[in-house]
Amino acid sequence: MSPTAPSLGKDLVGLEDLSPEQIRTILDTAEPFKEISERRIKKVPVLRGKTIVNLFMEPSTRTRISFEFAEKRLSADTVNIATSGSSVQKGETLVDTARNLEAMKIDMVVIRHWASGAAAFLAQRIPSNVINAGDGSHEHPTQALLDFLTIRDHLGRIEGLNVCVVGDILHSRVARSNIFGLLKLGAQVGVCGPRTLLPSEIESLGVKVFQRVEEAIAWADVLNVLRLQLERMKGGYVPSLREYNRVYGISTRRLQEASGDRLILHPGPMNRGVEIDSDVADGPHSVILKQVTNGVAVRMAVLYLLAGGAPERAEAAKQGEVA
Amino acid sequence: MERIILIRGGRVVDPSQGVDDTVDLLLAEGKVARLAQGIDAPEGAEVVDAAGSIVTPGLMDVHVHLREPGGEHKETIASGARAAAAGGFTTICAMPNTDPVIDSPATVGFVAAAGREAGAARVYPLGALSIGQEGERLTEIGELVEAGAVGITDDGNPVMDSGLMRLALDYAQAFEIPVADHCEDLGLSHGGVMNEGVVSARLGLKGKPNASEDVHTVRDLLLAELTGGRIHLQHVSTWYGVQAIRRAKARGVRVTAEATPHHLLLTEDAVDGYRTDAKMNPPLRTNRDVEAVQEGFLDGTLDVLATDHAPHHYDEKEQAFDDAPFGIVGLETALGLVHTHFVRTGKLELSTLVERMSRAPAEAFGLPGGTLEPGAPADVTVFDPQEEWVVDPTEFLSLSRNTPFTGERLTGRPQVTIVGGRVVWRRG
Amino acid sequence: MSDAQRVTIMDQAAVDRALDRMAREIVERNGGTEGLALLGIQRRGKELAERIQAEIQEAEGASVPTGSLDITLYRDDLATVGPRPIVGESRLPLSGIDDHAVVIVDDVLYTGRTTRAAMDEILDWGRPSRIHLCVLVDRGGREVPIQPDVVGRKVEVLGNQRVDVLVPELDGRLAVELVTPAQEVS
Repeated sequence: MSPTAPSLGKDLVGLEDLSPEQIRTILDTAEPFKEISERRIKKVPVLRGKTIVNLFMEPSTRTRISFEFAEKRLSADTVNIATSGSSVQKGETLVDTARNLEAMKIDMVVIRHWASGAAAFLAQRIPSNVINAGDGSHEHPTQALLDFLTIRDHLGRIEGLNVCVVGDILHSRVARSNIFGLLKLGAQVGVCGPRTLLPSEIESLGVKVFQRVEEAIAWADVLNVLRLQLERMKGGYVPSLREYNRVYGISTRRLQEASGDRLILHPGPMNRGVEIDSDVADGPHSVILKQVTNGVAVRMAVLYLLAGGAPERAEAAKQGEVA
Repeated sequence: MERIILIRGGRVVDPSQGVDDTVDLLLAEGKVARLAQGIDAPEGAEVVDAAGSIVTPGLMDVHVHLREPGGEHKETIASGARAAAAGGFTTICAMPNTDPVIDSPATVGFVAAAGREAGAARVYPLGALSIGQEGERLTEIGELVEAGAVGITDDGNPVMDSGLMRLALDYAQAFEIPVADHCEDLGLSHGGVMNEGVVSARLGLKGKPNASEDVHTVRDLLLAELTGGRIHLQHVSTWYGVQAIRRAKARGVRVTAEATPHHLLLTEDAVDGYRTDAKMNPPLRTNRDVEAVQEGFLDGTLDVLATDHAPHHYDEKEQAFDDAPFGIVGLETALGLVHTHFVRTGKLELSTLVERMSRAPAEAFGLPGGTLEPGAPADVTVFDPQEEWVVDPTEFLSLSRNTPFTGERLTGRPQVTIVGGRVVWRRG
Repeated sequence: MSDAQRVTIMDQAAVDRALDRMAREIVERNGGTEGLALLGIQRRGKELAERIQAEIQEAEGASVPTGSLDITLYRDDLATVGPRPIVGESRLPLSGIDDHAVVIVDDVLYTGRTTRAAMDEILDWGRPSRIHLCVLVDRGGREVPIQPDVVGRKVEVLGNQRVDVLVPELDGRLAVELVTPAQEVS
């Protein structure tokens, strides 16, 4: 009787696999979930009795906590598994870990992994729902979705906007999910960063490339500023953090030199004084904390929608496991 | 004892003699005895009815990883030699990147002996170019050759030190063996797991740019020119590499080069979906590269077809893409793939294919065979050019199943493989 | 759907009269408008609650705090796999609901499961002094022990029939219709 939302399928591996309608469904579904976090009892019984494993094979605090809040506010039972072993020192293989979890009768796995493709790998092999919480340099779909929700909250739309992702695009899953999703929603997407941190052929994804951050700022309605991992300096991609800040840092001065206002997003954690100056991060156009709040709502929406599942795909994964 | 075998009624294709005719082939005492029409079967001869089939000099694959010693769960010398025979190959060259590395006369001798014992395809070892394949000091190349090595290579580990490569090219000349090299500048490719380009940008995988191979290819050609040594460039995958080799050959540089079935047929798109059976090194590249490799293969710039047969246990490939090892098996699909996609489509004369798979590799590595002239080793491949089949890795004789060609429909399949006048394999 | 037979059982005037009476009953049961709060269940209960609020305003001159409640996340049939119902907005009255006499307003009372879900949700929100249940149509067929306090119309309905309440905001008119599936006609 009640109207139903279009299915997301069994898993959320990346925004590249979703239709614009599916992305909008997640954003629309996130709206009513915002209010739950304002209640006295911040909990609804929708995932009561469901068991969710948060499988974090790479260190992460924010994303894991955000997922955990979302899961708990939907009354799911959660188990956290954190291993930070690198590919060389790990013991059990990913597929063994997954099958062991399955054997304990779980319903969903939220996976963070150092390797690109790890979430898809898992999704193809277990019947539980799999949610990608970041796989290598591939995708981080819930982060991008919370970025979109925040943009929509503040600017009322996404279609037609110019959104520029600034920083280490080469290693960034946030960048890829933003690019795939924003293009589907009708935004123009730019990327800006040192050429050493832009993938070859990045233009093939349909983005505009800015060599200079001043041009990117002038063009953009929204700047999504990425964290510069300190390893990138050791890897020789940028000569020094100081130089990075001088050439690519988002500062009040640079923002003032461009006409008009622009929204400032950052997926966190921030390196103040490197990719973003403190007065920008704490300034009037920064929506960084709104992103954090929206992160919980978006993840609740994803969990709720995926719980509906896609029985035939779960069945296929089960068959695959036996084969 | 080798028996007398009469292969009757087949279309014999032997480019070494310019033969392409329906004739009978008599093998005796482990050698080719006669090639003529209407040979009567001598008493006690085993008769192979080859009507409708193609009969060629035994096919050779000069680039095979047999994994023994040290990786016997992936392949053994015996299983690899049997898989080769099942793929129509009578001769294979084993790469030395095993554990331990084949860098001493004793280990070379071990591989050669285990190959003979297998009693399938002939196995010729390549020795390591540097001790432990560490790229620092030359191996005792003279002794390796004496023990049976037919070439030297650090395949798997590119020779990064140009000075060492020059020494190898100079020193090896005395023994009349080629130096084989896997061209890859590690400074440019470090950490890469696939081709650097459109697909790697989308999948978030680290790429190896064409330049990482090209820089090294050009260096090796220059050093071969400088020294006058023989360089054999393995698994060429880039358009520029093909051009550079073509130009070097025109200048008279002594270079031979490989085309693999996968670099002839697949692009980086095969990696989509993080398919680890499409993870190989050098990586699958773009359409432009595939077209150039095909062109080089057709015009003879890439004179040798080689598989780079690289078996891996299934659970090693059943991993995240970054973690899975490079390489695919190739021995049991190579003939069918190339026959289907090049000969059947009319792009390549059958005799040229046979040339690329028999006489050219024989000449590149100084191997016996590659011809059906009387007195040559009785190594013969018989295959049915009409048989249609579907690649099913569970049927492989190789211990490994890692192929991106699963389910591929092919036309042309080996029937009988004869080594030294003995049928070592026959389709059941 | 097009072949289904629809019969109007309450027209606009009938619904208006019923809502007017229900508004008076609510105020009467509560002994005035003091401490009263209306919560309309999404969808259509919300619109009916707003109408009742307007009736009370007109009759009593008092503005009763009114909110809306989406009970989707409290449904007892979500454990099954299948498409997810769209989640609507829940909006608490500005005054909150603690120590208020909360009136749940719904369009049709059938199995009682929606009311159960609504009470659970309300109790997660706060602690009302009491909860009333007010429905426009009671069609019988309860599956849990829940009874309404205020009813617009009781109707006898066959198991396969459906009662649709139509509101102008969503349906363009105010009415109650009885829907009989096509195969049962004739």
